[in-house]
Amino acid sequence: MRLLKLIPDDTNIDFVRLRAWAFGLTALLTVVAVATVVTRGLNLGVDFVGGLMIEAKFDQAPPLNKLRSSIDRLNVGDVQLQQFGDKKIVSIRLPLPKNADEGATNAEVKRVQTAVTASFPDAAFTRTDTVSGKVSGELIWKGSLAVLIAVFAIALWGWFRFEWQFGFSTFVAIAHDVLMTLGFFAVTRLEFDLTIVAAVLTIVGYSINDKIVIDDRIRENMRKYRQMDMRGIVNLSVNETLPRTVMTSLTILLALASLALFGGHVLRGLTFAMILGVVVGTYSSIYVSSSLLITLGLQPQPLAAPKVKGVAANAEYVPTNERR
Amino acid sequence: MLNFPRWKVFSIWLALLAGVLFSIPSLIGETNAKRFGVESLPRINLGLDLSGGSHILLEADTADVTKSRLAAMEDTIRSEMARADPAIEIGEVSTTNGQLSFFVRDASQVDAAFEKARSHTAGVGTTGARDWDVAVVDANRIVMKPTTKGLAAFVNEAMSGAVDVVRKRIDALGTREPTIVRQGSDRILVEVPGVENPAELKALIGRTAKLEFKLVDLNASEAQLAEGRAPVGSQILKYENGSPIAVQRRAIITGTQLTKASQSYDQNNQPTVAITFNTEGAKRFGRVTQENVGKPFAIILDNVVLSAPRINEPIMGGNAQISGSFTVQSAQALAIALQSGALPVALKVVEERTVEASLGADSIRAGITASAIASVAIVLFMLVTYGRFGIYADLAVILNVFVILSVMALFNGTLTLPGIAGFVLTIGTAVDANVLINERIREERRRGRNVIQAVELGYKEASRTIFEANATHGISGTVMLLMGSGPVKGFAVVLLIGIVTSVFTAVTFTRMLVAGYLRRQRPQTLHI
Repeated sequence: MRLLKLIPDDTNIDFVRLRAWAFGLTALLTVVAVATVVTRGLNLGVDFVGGLMIEAKFDQAPPLNKLRSSIDRLNVGDVQLQQFGDKKIVSIRLPLPKNADEGATNAEVKRVQTAVTASFPDAAFTRTDTVSGKVSGELIWKGSLAVLIAVFAIALWGWFRFEWQFGFSTFVAIAHDVLMTLGFFAVTRLEFDLTIVAAVLTIVGYSINDKIVIDDRIRENMRKYRQMDMRGIVNLSVNETLPRTVMTSLTILLALASLALFGGHVLRGLTFAMILGVVVGTYSSIYVSSSLLITLGLQPQPLAAPKVKGVAANAEYVPTNERR
Repeated sequence: MLNFPRWKVFSIWLALLAGVLFSIPSLIGETNAKRFGVESLPRINLGLDLSGGSHILLEADTADVTKSRLAAMEDTIRSEMARADPAIEIGEVSTTNGQLSFFVRDASQVDAAFEKARSHTAGVGTTGARDWDVAVVDANRIVMKPTTKGLAAFVNEAMSGAVDVVRKRIDALGTREPTIVRQGSDRILVEVPGVENPAELKALIGRTAKLEFKLVDLNASEAQLAEGRAPVGSQILKYENGSPIAVQRRAIITGTQLTKASQSYDQNNQPTVAITFNTEGAKRFGRVTQENVGKPFAIILDNVVLSAPRINEPIMGGNAQISGSFTVQSAQALAIALQSGALPVALKVVEERTVEASLGADSIRAGITASAIASVAIVLFMLVTYGRFGIYADLAVILNVFVILSVMALFNGTLTLPGIAGFVLTIGTAVDANVLINERIREERRRGRNVIQAVELGYKEASRTIFEANATHGISGTVMLLMGSGPVKGFAVVLLIGIVTSVFTAVTFTRMLVAGYLRRQRPQTLHI
């Protein structure tokens, strides 16, 4: 049986040559992502803004304006309706009632459910979330803190295990991945909730994983080929690890695709975020972190002068051409 | 590198066998586990998002704790000062601004009053700090203020009491396997799988249920009632409909003296709550009612007057009936609340998540389908790419699935929906280790190394990379576990377990298989 080889042996693609263009494009995209997040904001779920979420499942996709008007009549504030890919499932989002004690919230859930059932007898209510403003504030703070700590801890690890340039370039690349993911959520208006924080942290983890593999190879090649310039080493390392990069991203994408198609609507946002993250993370391994190493002036070290102790310590070192 | 002594091979297979065996109880489900008599073995719990149920986070009103402590201290001080010999006369007692202050009428008694007040404070912790600060200000005014440590201790005490009360109430509902834990200093997390009516549950556990019987103060004038100004020793409370009534401050009897509460019917066949007091309470109730025949008393629940019946005859035996506008359900709920005792602190629901069992079942089905399809796709992909080495990797991935399940079961872990996503992702990343190894072997072969050297170098060099990669992955997983809440945590648990087990299956286990193949067949060339 002939085995599948997605990437031919000994590729020699000059990835590094495009790096100036890639930097420009990356910077532009990142700015656009940040600008979109700032201007349009994220479609934050009740986890992060507080409020009431009732998920209703219908036998047939309901007309949204009829559903909206049946709830609007209750005067419960700004109603937001959202469908999860599957048009039969609608999430109804409401602000919490003013005097938010249990009685008022319970009553409001009941009123909304009764009103919806009156217009749509086929409605079934599958999920209810109530999050108070205080808890949502804590959740958003804890979520952001988790992402920040993860990124910094990983950059520190890169610094410890490798040179500082690796830590720094990884940090920049990860920051890029996180910002792009946020931008994606700002553009698509997909709901940003707690599970997306898990997705962002996974993207961070995956992306680091990918960078470490290339960084490890760069470090190995820097020791092996002390005379080669950095551009050559980065190119060689990226090419050498290319089959693995392609194989691994494909297997993970296969896993994620099956999750997106068959995993049910609750996980859809999480899966989309991760699919995007795999693509962005793989890109940033080559064009952000590895390329940045050249810019940061990392150089393979020529063999150090032999350390001499005792009387010869102050003697002049005369390099010889012979190297054993 | 490729030398596997017999004991090592044996222990690897043994570990994997255990890994498969311990996953079985979780895989076959509860009913089958009972049928085969393995229900006592550890199993994976399903999170509420998969089993259906309610997650309710309650927060204590800590200001309420301070308030009730101040009120209790006020009572103590009043009675202690009156009981002192000679009696210490005090006045201008106030409990505003989070402190108790009172005026000692006779300046010569200030020292005695100060000592008396001090004797009612207690030490907190081991540092010698007290729970109350007592100070004399303006010569003959004494101010008592709870210290920060004292407040923390009061809240702590109230919270442990509240957890007990909440547990009793939920147990009374007969729900199975509820989780009731304290979170931080002032929160209680309640997780109840498979509840039919979460609103009812919330109403029950959030209810303070402080029951008091007090004599009605008939001396209060209409004007005083209207202005909400109570005569000395009395207070103005309200009926459910909002109309005011004056009652004496001192209770005849309270819910703490109650031994039994149950739903019953009155002579008009209306639902009521029948209560029984303990001997001491019954005696006191009998005595007070004997002295006040013909006068009304108020039945007060959580500071709202339910009714104010007239005492027709002395009520002996300690039995009483609370009537109001009850339905059978609400009378039952009140009976449970009274029976379990009053909450020592008011609780408020700050977060609630309810998932219907049907959605949970859908999610499990979808999760299993997605995992199965992902596994099959990856297995085929590895097979066509790496041939024999792909089969080894596939065996590793499949065993890894069982091992992760086993480890989760042994730790009594909870599988949530994001956990299933973590599972699928772990399947995807676990093969990364094998991809790294196999690509490295291919590379070394291309560089002209012989079969043994290529395999040895492949494992050696790739192992270093795998360690670095897993370490960083582990860092982000740990951060998720420590910092994350709810779904993030469920995801992190699976991810972290997967990182550890995948190193064992993807590196150690496959190396053993490859070593066995090389030794037995001594291939001159590798098909990889």
